[in-house]
Amino acid sequence: MIIAGIDVGAVATKAVILNDGKIIGKGMATTGFEREEAVEAALAEAIKNAGISRGDIEKVGATGAGEAVEFADKRFEDVVADGAGANFLFPQAKTVIDVGGEEARGMRIDETGRVVDFALNERCAAGAGAFVEAMARALEVKTEEMGELSLQSDKDIEINAQCTIFAESEVVSQIHLKTSKADIARAVHEGIATRVVSMVRRSGVEGEVALIGGVAYNPGFVARIKEHLGKELLISEDPQIVGAIGAAVLAVGPEVEFKAPEAKLDTEKEWR
Amino acid sequence: MAKYKSKKLECWGKAKEIRQNYYKDFAKAKEKGGIRWTGGAWQLDSIPMGLGDDVYPLTSEPYGASIGNDPAFTVQCAEAAEAKGFARDLCAYMRNEWGSVILNKYYFGGEWPKPDFYFQNHICCSHAKWYQVMRDLEGDEIPYFCVDVSVGSYDQLDEAKIDYVAGQYLDSIEWMQKVTGREYDDEKLFQGIYNECRSSSLWAEVCALNKAIPAPLDEKTLYSLYVLGTLHKASKEIADFYEELRDEVKDRVANKIAAVANERLRIMTDSQPPWSALKLFRYLEGYGVVSIGSLYTFGLIGIWDELPDGSIAPAKTPQEQGIVFKTREEAVRYIVQWNLKKIMWEPYYDARLRAKRVVHIAKAWHVGGMMMHLNLGCEGTTIGNMESRLALLKEGIPVLTYEGNCADDRQYDEVGTKKRVDIWMRSFDLERLEE
Repeated sequence: MIIAGIDVGAVATKAVILNDGKIIGKGMATTGFEREEAVEAALAEAIKNAGISRGDIEKVGATGAGEAVEFADKRFEDVVADGAGANFLFPQAKTVIDVGGEEARGMRIDETGRVVDFALNERCAAGAGAFVEAMARALEVKTEEMGELSLQSDKDIEINAQCTIFAESEVVSQIHLKTSKADIARAVHEGIATRVVSMVRRSGVEGEVALIGGVAYNPGFVARIKEHLGKELLISEDPQIVGAIGAAVLAVGPEVEFKAPEAKLDTEKEWR
Repeated sequence: MAKYKSKKLECWGKAKEIRQNYYKDFAKAKEKGGIRWTGGAWQLDSIPMGLGDDVYPLTSEPYGASIGNDPAFTVQCAEAAEAKGFARDLCAYMRNEWGSVILNKYYFGGEWPKPDFYFQNHICCSHAKWYQVMRDLEGDEIPYFCVDVSVGSYDQLDEAKIDYVAGQYLDSIEWMQKVTGREYDDEKLFQGIYNECRSSSLWAEVCALNKAIPAPLDEKTLYSLYVLGTLHKASKEIADFYEELRDEVKDRVANKIAAVANERLRIMTDSQPPWSALKLFRYLEGYGVVSIGSLYTFGLIGIWDELPDGSIAPAKTPQEQGIVFKTREEAVRYIVQWNLKKIMWEPYYDARLRAKRVVHIAKAWHVGGMMMHLNLGCEGTTIGNMESRLALLKEGIPVLTYEGNCADDRQYDEVGTKKRVDIWMRSFDLERLEE
């Protein structure tokens, strides 16, 4: 069965095509203002890579700003899709961390990929990729080079500001103090990692940990997260498409029947 | 087809009328030479009743909450208070009432009705300063009496502590006579106390009836009903209403009439809700979820006895125990001890007491999860909430948290909160029911 999953993120829209449980095509487009166009572009690229035609797709699942995928058969919340996607790639994972451009999420999942508990950081860019981008601009370094740059340092300096805006001014102060770019880059990644791990600990860290989302490409961030958690991380070749994979998998998932918690009525007490 | 029968509460209209008349009566009190006083909702409002039958209170928190339910007016009040230099992270109810005074706008119409005196008790840091600032804002030397009630948790109450609080209330009676020029009638005090005990015990009974499956009342409805006790718990009218309500709820339980016709998951909440966003509860009903109450809803007005097995039951009133007050001192000591038994004091003293109480409610009311409001607008009701969360998780009861403010809509994200609810519902394998 050929199924598609589309994840409309704040920065990038990702599409993935699976055939009988195997990934056969992927595509990506910048989301921008015209989300529907980004959806079509990402899906077209995935279809081309898969070597199929649009009509071959039997089911479509969507997540992120899923309402932009008008033709989706089912839509799922991003956390839910993350859990399913991580479980698809790493059945042994019990904890999932997703750090994207503007949002970070932590969740615990069960053996089926269902989310058991979760924590979100949705209003602060200091725990997401946007923070790295802002600091890269301040350091006059390319965003994609920040990770490797940070690994060149073994010195801990602190960036105290909790807010991206104030942290930028702290970075400028460090530059004036002639602190090396590598040391500053390490401090930036340390800052994000601290905030992300603190958030994830709220929903709990159990068993093996999968790291997904665009910031998982960043080796500097990965190194800091591993150190804070004291664990190796499960990272796929393409951590950015995990949500899309989850949306596809869920689109054909089994119907689950709700089971109410066991409840017994107390014997009626008479107080009067 | 719906799982259970459901219908509206028959006494609903009466509750609405009582509330509307309360605010009207306060505004019009002076027209017939009556007395107006303002103070916190935790104040012993039976005490001023000894001054006569024409004594009208305005309790601050429900007033602030009423404003909180109106985002447009909230912004006016909050900005007025902030323009005066008050910090944005202060108690939301307090900022709303201050703003109302600064703007000289009574939320229920007309100008702010100046009270004859303030009568307050120190239940939290905000309350300790609230009316001092009110007096400064009003610009007049309005007489102000405040009672220190911080004597620790009920399990450690002793005679000396009761004496300390009761002594202040007895002093307040002398003071009230001086500032109003009226003679005090102890019999009116006694009747006020009997009615307060009725109100608070009956409210506890209404809450206890919500253990039934299906729940006869949902929490959004509970909010509209408990508020009467926060307005004037010592009022005979409100005590009588709670008796009528109790009887109707008993009938609903006997006939399995549900608040949510498709009840399939029961949850509880924590702290006040964001008052401007009560439709969140209706959103939950779309999943077949009913919120049965909370420590806050049960304990703000309800007075409970703790039984030997650690469970709670509605407190027996003095009338039920055959107690007849003969002296002012005896009556005041009784009502002080009655109020200090309030389970909502516990968060203020010890997070462990709070957690224990929350876990008990979750189990006894057959709750499958808690939706916890991280309420930025109230320090008192949220102290120890994270410990309560951990205690529930330890018992296998999932907790969803969301940020907001009970009475400042600027700090509530409706879209983000609904998204969290949707994700949480998935963890129970719940999809939205067909409309």
